[in-house]
Amino acid sequence: MSIQKREKNLNFFEKLYIPEIMKGMALTLKSMFRPNVTLQYPEARFEPSSSYRGRPVLVQDNNGVERCVACGLCARVCPALAIEVQASETELEKERYPVKFEINMLRCIFCGFCEEVCPEEAIVMSKDYELVFKKRDDAIFGKDKLLVPVENLKERIEFLRAFK
Amino acid sequence: MNIWEIIIISLIKILIIVVMLLLTVAYSVYFERKISAWVQNRVGPNRVGWLGLLQPFADVFKLLLKEDIVPDAANKPLHTLAPLIALFVAFATYAVIPLGPPVELLGYKINLVVADVNIGILYVLALTSLGVYGITFAGWSSGSKYSLFGGIRSSAQMISYEVSMGFSVAGVLLMSQSLSPIKIVEAQHGWMWNAILQPIGFITFLVSAFAETNRLPFDLPEAEPELVGGYHTEYSSFKFAGFFLAEYANMAIASAMIATLYLGGYQIPYIEKLGLGYTLTTALQIAGFLFKIGALIFFFMWVRWSIPRFRYDQLMSLGWKVMFPLSLVNLIWVAALIMIFGI
Repeated sequence: MSIQKREKNLNFFEKLYIPEIMKGMALTLKSMFRPNVTLQYPEARFEPSSSYRGRPVLVQDNNGVERCVACGLCARVCPALAIEVQASETELEKERYPVKFEINMLRCIFCGFCEEVCPEEAIVMSKDYELVFKKRDDAIFGKDKLLVPVENLKERIEFLRAFK
Repeated sequence: MNIWEIIIISLIKILIIVVMLLLTVAYSVYFERKISAWVQNRVGPNRVGWLGLLQPFADVFKLLLKEDIVPDAANKPLHTLAPLIALFVAFATYAVIPLGPPVELLGYKINLVVADVNIGILYVLALTSLGVYGITFAGWSSGSKYSLFGGIRSSAQMISYEVSMGFSVAGVLLMSQSLSPIKIVEAQHGWMWNAILQPIGFITFLVSAFAETNRLPFDLPEAEPELVGGYHTEYSSFKFAGFFLAEYANMAIASAMIATLYLGGYQIPYIEKLGLGYTLTTALQIAGFLFKIGALIFFFMWVRWSIPRFRYDQLMSLGWKVMFPLSLVNLIWVAALIMIFGI
């Protein structure tokens, strides 16, 4: 360990502390009259921008069917192993659909890899950040909780098209 | 006046002072939190009551309802005694500080002070020295190293700064030639405030008052980041509330002392030339004194949220190498003023 030398010793006025104290006091006095930054949470809520990665959701198209084709890429890429997909066949044009699509919200780390890897733009990150459960079982979100109409996700989808 | 009248009048005065002091303490806790919030661009307590004004009472009830934990290693009698000493000292000091000029009320001539003793300042100095015992006992009797460190620091700090405090007060006493707070206030008529006549003494007294009340930048006895809670680490429930109350009461008393000794007490310069009525003048003077105390309490809080804590060696060298010689210089300055100008 080397002993560091001071670049220069304090001069008399600096040793008095008083000018520096005055500066500090002036600063705090000024900031007393600045507008505060607090959000009164339950009444006022934070409105995230479209780049925000909240709870991942499945996109539900206008005909009421999810876009997901159950390819399983999201489950494969998920670093926290939070997604479970079971595929089955359907008469529709897309031919495959997920019988079961579950995200364990206790495992999800909101990395957005599922959204990035999805070839169908079927899973996207929403702006939803209020995730509270009373039981561990409640934390496993099935298709009933994951499906969100496409109109509600327009902003995020446009953001993805522009920047992904 | 017979003896019963004197007793009744004194009791009424004591009641008024205690209620006033308790309210001041409660709301200085509230304003401390509010000012800290404003300095940090936050909102502060605003949920309990209108603008959070009932917050101090909520805090007190919360403390009352908590479990009173006494550690196994504690010396139990002293552990109980310590907050009582702190509280007693804090409240007893206020007995000698005059709120306003003597008033005529219902045919009685009443001094607006609980005890008009002619050695009032000595009484205050003696009691504030006793305050050290409360904190030192608390630190020692808790049987915890953090508390012990807090107590030791506090005794060293308060004894060091008492010296410069005493010498600064000596300057005031030379000026007024009396130890009675009322005489000291009366000696500062017009613009003859001691803060203007002896600015060095004012600064040394102000700094010593910060150290005596354990307020930042001299709050080494509590020093949360280093000592958990300092001397009151092992206190909970109402014993902790006692220390909390005492700390804020001490702040109010230090403000009242500074106002009395250096800022002209209840005097408003040249108010008699305005030709206001007797009642209005008296009311204005009392309001003026309360305003001075309020402004000083605000100053205490403003400093707390602006300036970081001193290191222990810096604290000691400031106390002995700067404040002590400065207070001596002030004494010589006052003596010269009296010798040359005959003030």
